[in-house]
Amino acid sequence: MSAQRIAIFGATSAIAEACARQWAGTGARLMLVGRDASRLERIAADLRIRGATEVRCVVRDLSHVNDLQPWMDALWSEWNGLDLCLVAQGTLPDTKRCESDIDYAKSVLELNADACLLLLLALAARFEAQASGQLLALGSVAGDRGRAGNYVYGAAKAALATLMSGLEQRLAPRGVQVLTIKPGWVDTPMTAAFRKGPLWASAEKVARDIVRTSLRGRSGVVYSPAFWRPIAWVVRMLPGWLFRRWRF
Amino acid sequence: MSVEVRCWAGLPTAHHERIDWSGSPASLPETAGSLLPRGAGRSYGDVCLNPGGSLIDTRWTDRYVAFDPETGVLRCESGLRLGTLLAHLRPLGWTLPVVPGTRWVTVGGALANDVHGKNHRHAGSFGHHVRAIHLLRSDGSLDRLAPGEDRFTATIGGLGLTGLVTEVALQLRRRSGMWLQEHASHARGLDRVLSELDTASAQHEYAAVWLDMTQPDPERLFGLLLAADPIEGGGDASGFARPARIGVGRLPRLPLVGRLSTRVFNAVYRRLAARHPGSRRVDERSCLFTLDSIGDWNRLYGSSGLRQYQCVLPLGTAPGGMEALCRVLSDSRVTCSLAVLKRFGDQRPAGMLSFPREGFTLAMDFPNDEERLLVLFRRLDAIVLEAGGAVYPAKDAHMSRELFRAAFTRTDEFAAHVDPRFSSGFWRRVGA
Repeated sequence: MSAQRIAIFGATSAIAEACARQWAGTGARLMLVGRDASRLERIAADLRIRGATEVRCVVRDLSHVNDLQPWMDALWSEWNGLDLCLVAQGTLPDTKRCESDIDYAKSVLELNADACLLLLLALAARFEAQASGQLLALGSVAGDRGRAGNYVYGAAKAALATLMSGLEQRLAPRGVQVLTIKPGWVDTPMTAAFRKGPLWASAEKVARDIVRTSLRGRSGVVYSPAFWRPIAWVVRMLPGWLFRRWRF
Repeated sequence: MSVEVRCWAGLPTAHHERIDWSGSPASLPETAGSLLPRGAGRSYGDVCLNPGGSLIDTRWTDRYVAFDPETGVLRCESGLRLGTLLAHLRPLGWTLPVVPGTRWVTVGGALANDVHGKNHRHAGSFGHHVRAIHLLRSDGSLDRLAPGEDRFTATIGGLGLTGLVTEVALQLRRRSGMWLQEHASHARGLDRVLSELDTASAQHEYAAVWLDMTQPDPERLFGLLLAADPIEGGGDASGFARPARIGVGRLPRLPLVGRLSTRVFNAVYRRLAARHPGSRRVDERSCLFTLDSIGDWNRLYGSSGLRQYQCVLPLGTAPGGMEALCRVLSDSRVTCSLAVLKRFGDQRPAGMLSFPREGFTLAMDFPNDEERLLVLFRRLDAIVLEAGGAVYPAKDAHMSRELFRAAFTRTDEFAAHVDPRFSSGFWRRVGA
């Protein structure tokens, strides 16, 4: 079998980089898409030594949604198609600031929601035409039910999950797997300001879950670590009167 | 964020500001207090602690930068762990010339403590194989330093005090295969142990003696000598990156290593060892990283932790000095749970504060028993001082300023290279 062709969008994020390392170990060909050219190059050099057959960097501000179509056409033809895409771009916003600074909230939603959804739609069209491949996106348990502390981020991740669910149904007959990964609390530079407890997982652990599930060719939703599935279920099921009082 | 941080031996937890270092932008974070880089936190004592100050956590900068398969020079970031490095480079036919007893330390930590292995006589210490470093200082400078430069020599074994090492160039050594041919033999009596170790360490690449220090009488001391040489053949190098199959990280910190369990373990191990002398083929991992087979083994010592005493005595004074150490230990009636003896070669130290120097080095683990251990350690220190030896900063939590100054004669020269914003619990205790 020839090396898997994998594109990672938001490749400098910790979970994306941890996934890329796992794929590199299997000898995959990796295309890293992100904004920061020098960080992408550093990651690429690392992945080559970790076993990747080929690594290319594509510098693009992913919050920029203009001329997405021609850009996608060019990207897709680089390796004459792709076997797997992971959409991992995103930022963890300051919810309090979103409440008072609408311009800030707009930029957050543009990056975490608009840009992700449009990118996924563009990728879905490609996969549909190719009639094979895997489309993966990073959601979050925060998208399962909005909580006062984190609902702007959660709203964007809920939108992503809903779009992915639709794509899953749409692309199933074409043999394309669509998988949403919902990590819980992950210890990454994005969450450096949080105090870590026993529910926190490492980016490596989440990456192992992602790669393993994608190898099984599964579609649907996977929580990582798996114990978040029952936790998320309980949170969704909480009656409103309790949910309003119990600020967690 | 203020967090409680422990060192490997589990000194009382100390409050630190912990800063995740991402490598960009390439400037040190603004903090109120002093800074100290931190790798895997596998140092036993306070060289990896900076109570009341900040720790710069390097775990996110663990990337390879470049590898030249012609020369075997690897460039990598300082947060990369040795086990990861071996898992990727061994299949390409290259290895690290020097590894310490655990593969979970970072490249930066190995360099800052100038660690040694069981092959010091042939390969020197870790610092001897460093070809260049990139050092970020609080004045904003980011310099590439090479052997021969004073600041380079200060940084090797420099306990992280000269600035943040962001990148390291290492000279690797060619090696194919995963097997070692191991020769086991035993000796009774301190003099015989020392002379057999002396011979074996000259003949074989790796050599170390496991001592039964539950019976420290020098005439009757039992030593198991393990010497080994690399051979061809043997399987899969990816295991170097795999964590231990047995892990105790999730168990409560029960004090399982105590007086009784130590006696039983030593007696059983000794009988098993005595029954199987001779030569056998072993996997390099189990021979060089014996304790890595149990993840987080330090937790077996309970919440009060352990203490290690590692000293080196010069060749001339070693026989008498070691005998005195044994007698003091015997008098103290303190239980030593594990003791290992190695021979250091005569290489010029790689760094200003490097610990290895020609002679014999003895490392002893003890379940922590603060007061009694401190009394014992003070008596051991007096012997080391008189013998012209040194105590290993990476393992230390008690050494006096006098002993440090006497053992590390280049301290003043080193102090001139310490970054004014950097400090550590150890440095405030003995050096500054």
